[in-house]
Amino acid sequence: MIALPLSVEAAAATTALGARDWVIQLAYLAASALFILGLRSLTKPADARLGMQQAAAGMLFAVIGTLLDANILTYQWILVGLVLGTALGYPMAMKIEMTSMPQFIAFSHAFGAMAATLVGIVEYRHLGGTMSTGVAAALSFEVLFGALTVTGSLMAFGKLQELITGRPITFKGQNAVNFLMMGVAAVCFVMVVLNPANTAAFYTMVALAFLLGVTMVLPIGGGDMPVVVSLLNSYAGLAASATGFAIGNNVLIIAGALEGAGGFILSILMSKAMNRSFANVLFGAFGSAPTASGGAKGPAKESKTISTEDAALQVAYAGSVVIVPGYGMAVAQAQHTCRELHELIQKKGGDVKYAIHPVAGRMPGHLNVILSEAGIDYGALLTDVDDANRILQTADVAIIIGANDIVNPDAEEDKASPLYGMPIFRPWTAKTVFVIKRGKGTGFSGVENPLFFRDNTLMLYGDAKGVLGNLIKEIKALDEGH
Amino acid sequence: MTQIFQLYVFLLAGFVGFIIIQRVPPLLHTPLMSATNAISGISLVGALVAAGGKYGTLSTVLGVIAVVCATTNVVAGFLITDRMLAMFKKPEAKAEGGK
Repeated sequence: MIALPLSVEAAAATTALGARDWVIQLAYLAASALFILGLRSLTKPADARLGMQQAAAGMLFAVIGTLLDANILTYQWILVGLVLGTALGYPMAMKIEMTSMPQFIAFSHAFGAMAATLVGIVEYRHLGGTMSTGVAAALSFEVLFGALTVTGSLMAFGKLQELITGRPITFKGQNAVNFLMMGVAAVCFVMVVLNPANTAAFYTMVALAFLLGVTMVLPIGGGDMPVVVSLLNSYAGLAASATGFAIGNNVLIIAGALEGAGGFILSILMSKAMNRSFANVLFGAFGSAPTASGGAKGPAKESKTISTEDAALQVAYAGSVVIVPGYGMAVAQAQHTCRELHELIQKKGGDVKYAIHPVAGRMPGHLNVILSEAGIDYGALLTDVDDANRILQTADVAIIIGANDIVNPDAEEDKASPLYGMPIFRPWTAKTVFVIKRGKGTGFSGVENPLFFRDNTLMLYGDAKGVLGNLIKEIKALDEGH
Repeated sequence: MTQIFQLYVFLLAGFVGFIIIQRVPPLLHTPLMSATNAISGISLVGALVAAGGKYGTLSTVLGVIAVVCATTNVVAGFLITDRMLAMFKKPEAKAEGGK
């Protein structure tokens, strides 16, 4: 008597579930398509904004689809979480300065990876020893990559925000300790896969992954953070993908794979542009002992300086100006002054272009964002090293603002230089080179720059913003003098 | 068998990602990174199930923290991407020399 209505109810529930599942799966499918299209829109600057807004809509579809999931029994806590997360994320995104973008992205990675790790732990607690080998492997990958990314990103954040020293923190046998921890984590991984009920192995693995994130990023110098952030981007994606494998959700697998691929490509590009191998960035602790190459090149030469008045005269009558900005420009917040100078030169009939090196700034493409924020249109931004070098050849004036290694001729001429082989700009092919620089220090790599001693190079020492401001004043004064 | 299908999905999505992302110009590499960061907030989907399922108090607490983290990632990621992309100005039509 009781069995019948129950089974009818159960049958009804299954069919209802079937329809509901369809809706959920279609929402996920739409989300996946919108993510891919959104990323594709980034191949064309004019379409990018709309495309990414559509990707955001895709995320909304995925969330709504998930909320229909029959496994979700209570909604009040979800609502609390969603509201709290929005309240945290919104002001973060609206207030952050463009110069702090790398830190911000590292921080945001930590959040995403934390979510993936926690989901992995909850899932593990829920399934326990009943899970299949495949699920156990996926869950293990998820918490490994997730936990590693959480602490790794926080360390990268700390370094970029200068809460921790940007210098590599190293101790003897560091790589050995890291490899040992990796080895133990790998053993735990195998133990969990063989016997999912082995909670001790599972939690040891999580703890080791958290620890590894710290010990792997600490020895990497601040200048190499672009590679690290890109790589963590990739890991965060892999953690999301593994979550998808563990809970059987395709949209997670797809979104994670997209991010995994993206982060990987960017980190390779970055390492190449910095003239470093991947392994060297991760284990080399570059910059801990400045490689003193090219130091013994005869007597120290003197670089020539020039007064702002004289520089103004040359800039004012230049037909073609190429500006090579480095992170120093962003630090000095000189981008707005730079745009003023740009407009002034244009008004006088000159042409201004910017040569943006792939590693200029603190993350891939960072200076493009900073100059765009200052109101410079992207038609003036030369992001290809070869293109920029072609234009430099015919330029009247090249102005280097807060950049150093990316214009170091040693990269092409001195085989002993650690920079040798790195693609660089050749500002010395322009008629005159002005170098605006804080002081006589070296770049990130700690390498001396012979460009500063070339015959057509003139130094303008001082704060980038101040020097550019004075240049503008002098150029305007020239006009009034006429 | 499902796991094999999942691997197919992963592999194909990875290829698509490689092909598309390689074509993103260096100009937009920073927005690309924040875009993929925002999309990886998709862990939110897993977090929602963890927070809403009745798996015990500790699991619910962990799940809710996961929802907070993932939502922060998603909201901040998409907003900052939009803020950045809004800054990229199209080159104006030539001859703006004498304004």
